[in-house]
Parts: sequence; structure tokens; C-alpha cells
Amino acid sequence: MTQAPLFRQITDFANRADPYPLYTELRRTPVLHEEEGGPYVVSSYYDIEALLHDPRVSSDAANLAASEDDGLGMGDETGGLPPSFLRLDPPEHDRLRRIANSAFGPPHQPRRIENMRGELDGIVTGLIDGFGDAREVDLVDQFAYPFPVTVICRLLGVPREDEPRFRSWVDPLVATLDPDTRRSADPEFVKTAQESRMQLGMYLAGLVEQRTKEPQDDVLSDLANSRGPDGAMTMMEVLSTAVLLLIAGHETTVNLITNGMLTLLRHPEVLGRLREDPGLSVRIVEELLRYEPPVQIVPQRTCITDIELRGTTIPKGSRIWLMIAAGNRDPERFKEPDRFDPDREDIQHLGFGSGIHSCFGAPLARLETQIALSELARRLENPRLVEDPPPYRPNAVLRGPRHLNVAFDGLR
Amino acid sequence: MPADHVEWIRREGRIVIVGASLAGLRAAETLRAEGFTGELTLIGDEPYEPYDRPPLSKAALLGMASPRHTELPHRREIDAKWRLGVPASGLDLSAKRVRLADGDEVEYDRLLIATGVRARPWPKEAEARLDGVFLLRTRDDATRLLQKLKAGPRRVFIIGAGFAGCEVASACREMGLQVTMAERAGAPLVGALGGVIGAVAADLQTENGVDLRTRVTVTALEGDTSGRVRAVHLSDESVVEADVVVVSLGSLRNTEWLTGSGLGAGPRGIACDAGCRAFDFRGIVTDDVFVAGDVARSPHALFGYQFLSLEHWGNAVAQAETAAHNMICRGADRRPHLWTPAFWSSQFRVNIKSVGVPPMGDQIMITQGSLAERRFVGVYGYQGRVIAAVSFDNNRWLEFYRRQIERGAPFPVEFPTMDRRPEGRQPVPADFPDPSLPTHGPTVTLSGYSPADQQLVFTPARH
Ligand SMILES: Cc1cc2nc3c(=O)[nH]c(=O)nc-3n(C[C@H](O)[C@H](O)[C@H](O)COP(=O)(O)OP(=O)(O)OC[C@H]3O[C@@H](n4cnc5c(N)ncnc54)[C@H](O)[C@@H]3O)c2cc1C
Repeated sequence: MTQAPLFRQITDFANRADPYPLYTELRRTPVLHEEEGGPYVVSSYYDIEALLHDPRVSSDAANLAASEDDGLGMGDETGGLPPSFLRLDPPEHDRLRRIANSAFGPPHQPRRIENMRGELDGIVTGLIDGFGDAREVDLVDQFAYPFPVTVICRLLGVPREDEPRFRSWVDPLVATLDPDTRRSADPEFVKTAQESRMQLGMYLAGLVEQRTKEPQDDVLSDLANSRGPDGAMTMMEVLSTAVLLLIAGHETTVNLITNGMLTLLRHPEVLGRLREDPGLSVRIVEELLRYEPPVQIVPQRTCITDIELRGTTIPKGSRIWLMIAAGNRDPERFKEPDRFDPDREDIQHLGFGSGIHSCFGAPLARLETQIALSELARRLENPRLVEDPPPYRPNAVLRGPRHLNVAFDGLR
Repeated sequence: MPADHVEWIRREGRIVIVGASLAGLRAAETLRAEGFTGELTLIGDEPYEPYDRPPLSKAALLGMASPRHTELPHRREIDAKWRLGVPASGLDLSAKRVRLADGDEVEYDRLLIATGVRARPWPKEAEARLDGVFLLRTRDDATRLLQKLKAGPRRVFIIGAGFAGCEVASACREMGLQVTMAERAGAPLVGALGGVIGAVAADLQTENGVDLRTRVTVTALEGDTSGRVRAVHLSDESVVEADVVVVSLGSLRNTEWLTGSGLGAGPRGIACDAGCRAFDFRGIVTDDVFVAGDVARSPHALFGYQFLSLEHWGNAVAQAETAAHNMICRGADRRPHLWTPAFWSSQFRVNIKSVGVPPMGDQIMITQGSLAERRFVGVYGYQGRVIAAVSFDNNRWLEFYRRQIERGAPFPVEFPTMDRRPEGRQPVPADFPDPSLPTHGPTVTLSGYSPADQQLVFTPARH
């Protein structure tokens, strides 16, 4: 039997629970190109970092050579909305990201995230109290998903009760990020994605319109009424930014929290230390972002000229996959990379990416996960994994358990 | 046996560090991290535990961080004897002793000198003593200056438009104060970044309301009868009334205490080899005296083995780590200090960063963004090589240019880059006032990523 190409084994669901041995194999060939028209897969820490800062590497699908286009190019995918800044290059990217950033962080909103601490604590307490007398919960459905969703809704100014509606649009959109679904893209799939994006856009348009008239203290209002040195966003830009923030604002954190609890349950001594010292959550979250990053692959890069990397030339217009999770466990960069060790001296992971597209929501994601994990550690009595490994979500890019059943003796 | 000697020093030797600031602290931490278990002493003339200086001309002046609270975070326990508030006053190389101003003496087996630099004072002493005339180097300087600025002076006059001067101007404007800044060259930052970038810096200053006077020098500071500064006289015969004067004329190296010690220490710093070992005045390398940080002058392979003195935060950290490593290592395990110079600044909310040695460049091209928008990356070239790069509000790309410098990548930059504008297709003269170009030699490049595995690749000159 011939082995499938490595990059296909990675997207193969069968390997979802533990892709790390495959990543180890990947790193043996620093620039792996297995199939005509297939991606150039880059998996070592320093190479990924270099490419994330390389001004010859584009995030704009328009720069893909025609032969590499997988039929899900911009025009098809967007459902009428322009691409978000995540899929744009400078200077457009910079302009939109700056406006969006001014709604989130310093200098315009220096404490918007930090001020949410009390509120985050409250949401977490409420969710854990909600476990009631149960002695077993699905941590994804009952905690790791509702928590960040509630937070991003509050922050953006999206009514929490609308969650079931937007979830039905978000799920197909998230599926488009999965290289495997993309490859098998049938017209039906493309159509659903387009429609979802359009529906979500229309839904948000209603909210934005209202905020234009009556601004409130939320990010949608700030986006709709931005008047900084960069001028205002157009309505369409506001919408694609809002779609991005809504999706990115929770899809990744769910996995970070779930991967986090899974890892802690597999390392009970660390869980015990966290129970005694909530301050350890800062280091634990950083190490998690290295050890089990929620975004495992950045599959959306293209080079605008031939690039030479470790003796291989990546031709102009090729698709490049940056294997974040493989880089994070590169022994060239980290001692004992496969060991989960929050006491590590320098945890300069690629979990939030690096360069101009580095994760915008990092401060929020960090804070949410620190609070979530330390509170779970503190309150669950004698928590145990019911199933190891747990069932995974299909996505190879946004990787994490679909369910995480945890048994415990009671709540503290 | 020398090998055993090193092992002995590691285990029970006495290491003394003079200069208890950034480089001193990081060296101490590295020594412990790498297994030094002997006696460690840190000597510092300031009465404080090591603190961070960059915020003193930025956040601290804006009241966003108190100048009293910029302590450097400790990376680990260092279990050291601290001798704070007492300067070292002399060094006996043969007896291996540091003399302290209070008469004490401290013996060492290995010594690290990290005494940094101090601000160059206004040369006319009587004028420098006027109330309202400030320098900015230490926490105490910042505290005093901040207090004065908070009292709402009518005008602040800044002498010298280098990085520090520009940062102070920016902070003062943000506090709503009237500011005049005088500079001998044609624009701010010209010495560090050249005239092309200096012009951008000049626009930045004037647009933000700074009264910028270029191509002038200050001739005198005038005080009133009660000894307070009240006006500044300029070489163009103009007089500017000001009640605060910040003297920002660069720095002097803290080497006087080494006079007569036989060490190769002078106004240009302490020369050392690539492994941070100090030279004596005969140019012979010592084996037990090491140097790191602003006070050091060390040869850099990437830049023609010129002796560079860098007043850069990152250099102080990297050099301290290398020095500490080498202090407790055998010869073959020692590492060269191959840090690629990098510097950052922030003024008027613009984030400026440079890598490499811009003043060595004779040409510049804008490879990303545009000067007019003040968001760009400029690349400096010297004799067909990329030698430095600078960014305004574009610092996330600089990592790439650092690798280009380290690899000796060709200049001009021919390949396409994102956001390349027509103005950036051709190199133009970088316009440094007094280019001190190194002589042309063979090409040396860096390979490897971490300090531990960086290697030099030597390409002989082609004739
Ligand atoms: C206001 C300001 C802003 C800055 N901003 C930036 C920036 O944005 N980016 C950047 O890269 N760098 C910046 N720097 C430079 C950076 O702070 C220095 O490069 C760094 O502090 C150097 O560290 P060092 O330990 O070598 O020297 P220092 O920090 O100067 O420490 C030397 C110490 O030794 C003490 N000492 C001197 N003589 C003796 C003696 N005889 N005995 C005992 N102790 C002695 C000194 O008092 C001092 O405490 C800035 C510096 C200042 C002052």
C-alpha cells in the first residue's frame, strides 16, 4: 500500500487526535512539496517565523497563480462582502487593522480588555455554577463554547440571544478554513459558505445601522463611527471586519480553553499547582499556545516572487502552508519540545502567529483562558477525563475536541 | 591546569559586576542560569535596584509609568551581594581588586564591567547649574524633570535633536507644553538615520507643534538673578525665553574610575574582543576582565570588524549574556558577541525601529510604504550590500531585513515587496552629514539563529 502524501495525512481526520508524530516527520523536510499544485509545507520554527515577517509573502488570494486556485477564490467565497483584513496585504490591511484596533486597544481604548476582568469572572462563575448537581459535564458545550461567545457578543454589541442564529452561519464559514473541505469543495459547499457569509453580513448590517444612529459603548459602534486619522471604514468594510471579529473572537478561544483543560487533566501535577496558585495560569496559557495551539496551520500564504528557503525555491504564486503547531515543537528551537512544561524559560511560541497578521485578539484570548482554567482548577473537585482522546472537531486548521466529557466529585 | 581553573571558578569563584543596571543584572542572571554557584557581588553607584531607562523619556514623562516604578523584572533568583549607592573608584588588575569610593575593596576572580554611559552635561558649568536645566539619564533625573514639567512651565527648550531629545519633545507636546528644539545639523535624527529620514522626523516635529530650529547651536544659557534659567541664546543671534532646558547632547562613557588601571579604557569606552574580554592599554586581551553594555566597544564581524559602541537596550542584554557565558566557559565553548544592532524609539505615537548600522550606509531606498505617509521601511546600502534598515510604524517587517543584513544580501533591493511604491524603486543618497565609511574588505555573513549556533561565513574579497 502506498502512503498518502504527508500533507494529506495531516488533514485526514484519522490523525486529528494526535498529529504531532506527523509534524515530526514533516520537519525532516524543511520545505515539503509533494504534489503538483499542492502546497509548499514549511514546518520549522525559524523558517515559519521568517516567512511571517517576509514582505514577499502575501495573504491575498489574488496573488495565487491561476493553476493553484482551488475554486474558492475571493470572488466565490466572500458572499458579496470584501475580504477581511486577514486576507489583505498592506497598505489596505494596515489601514483596516488600525481602525479595528483603535476600537479595541491603546491608545484609544487602553483598558477595554483589562476592564472586562470582573465581567469575565462573573460569566465564568455563572457557567460553573450552572453545572449544578451534575457529576459529569461536556466542557465544550457547557463551558468552553458559551464563555467566549458571551464575551465577544458583549464586546461587539451583538445580542447574546441571537447566538443560535449566527452559529448556523458561522459553522459553514469555519468549515471553509479547513484545507480538506476546501479540496473536496463541491458547488453546494461553496454556495452554502457564500450564503452564510451574506446572511451573517446582513444580520450584522442591521446592528451596525442601529449603532450608527445610536452609538453605544461597544466595538460595533466604534467601527461604525470611526473617525481617526485613517478615516472611516465603508459599510462593507465594517461588516467584513465584524464578521472576522465575531468568528475569530470565539472559535479559537474555545479550542484554547478545551485543549488547555485536556492538557491539564493529562498533567494532574500541573493542575494541582494551578489550584493552589491561580497566578500560574499566565505561564500555563503561554505554554499551551506553544504545546497545543488552537490554530495549527496558516494555509493562506502565497509568495509574490520566487523565494529561496533552505535550498528550495518556492515559485512565485505558490500556496504556502505554515505549520504553526509543528514549529512550536521544533527541537531546533525548544528543549524537549514534546514536554508540556509551564516552567520553561522562554516560551516564544507561534501560537498567535507573528508579523503584521499576528493575532489581534491575543490579550483577550489570554485573559479569558487564564480565568477559565484557574477557575475550573479551583472549583472542580477531583476532575477526571471520561474519554481519552476525546472526539475531535473535523477541522485541521482550527483543531480541538468537539466534546470534552469531564467527571468530578462536586463543586467547590 | 586552565581547564580545572574554569571549573573551579564556576563552582566557587568570586565574580564581581560593576554597574548594577540592565547589563549587570542580565549578566548576573545568566551566570546563575548557566550554573555559576560561587560568590556574586553587584556594585552600583545608584541607590536603586536595576531599573529600565527607555521609559524615562517616554511613558514616565507622560505619567503613564512612574519613574520610580520602572524596575527591571528579575528573570531568576541571583543570590548576590548588592553594594548599591557606592561607586567603584579604582581597579587593581594584578591584585584583582575593585576599590570602592567608601574605601572598601572587593576581590574577584572574574570581573564584569558594565558601567554604561552618562548624559553629556552642558559644557559651561555655571550655566549648567542654573535651576531649570536638566539632563535625562537616571531615574532621579526623570523624577525631577517630570515634577518641573507638571508645574506647567511656559516653554521647554531642548538642546539636541537626537533620539532622546525628540522623545522629550514628543512627551512635552503631549502634555500640552510649548517646546523649542535646537539642532546643529539640518534635521533631527540625522546622525543616526541620515538626511532622507531626518526630513521625515523634522516634519513630524513641526506638525506636532514643536518650534524646530536647525543648523543652529546654542551659545549660552541665561539665568535670572535668583539663578533660574530664563532664556537660551542661539548662534543665529536669536534668543528664546524658556524656563526649562533639557540638555540632550549625547553621552560620556563611565570609564574615569579605570584611569591608571592599565585597562584599555578611555573616552570611547572599553575595547574588548568579540568574546567581551577587555583589552589592556597595550591592546592585549585580559583573561578575567569582561565588558558589556553601553560602555563596551567591540569589533563586529558584519561591519568590517569595526569597533562599535552601541547605546542600545538590546545590545546591553545580548552582550551581558554572552559575557556571562564566556566568563565561566573554557576557550572552545566561548561565543562571539554577534548581535545585530537594533534600536527602537517612539515619538508622537510613531514607532521607529532600526536594525544594522544605518550611518554606515551611503544609499537608502524605501522598500515598503511611503515617506509621505510616515509609514515605511527604508533599507540602507553600502557597497552593494544591505547594511541597515529603518521603519516608521512598520516594525513588524524588520525581522526580515535583519536576516538580509546578516546574510549580506545585495543592495539595491531588486525583488518585489508588498506595498512597494514607485518612489522606492531607486536608491538615493542616504545623506549622512559625515559618513565615516569603513574600508572595503572581504564579506562576512552570519548564519544560524540562536546565539549558541550562530556562525560566521567568510567570503574572500573578489578582485
Ligand atoms: C532616557 C533613555 C531612553 C532610552 N531609550 C531607549 C530606547 O528606546 N531603545 C533602546 O534600544 N535603548 C534606549 N536607551 C538606552 C538603554 O537604556 C541603554 O542602552 C541601556 O540602559 C544600557 O545598559 P547598561 O547596563 O550598559 O548601562 P546603564 O543602564 O547606563 O547602567 C550603568 C550603571 O552603572 C552605574 N555606574 C557608572 N559608573 C559606576 C561606577 N564607577 N561604580 C558603580 N556603578 C557605576 C551607572 O550609574 C548605571 O546605573 C535609552 C536610554 C535612556 C537614558
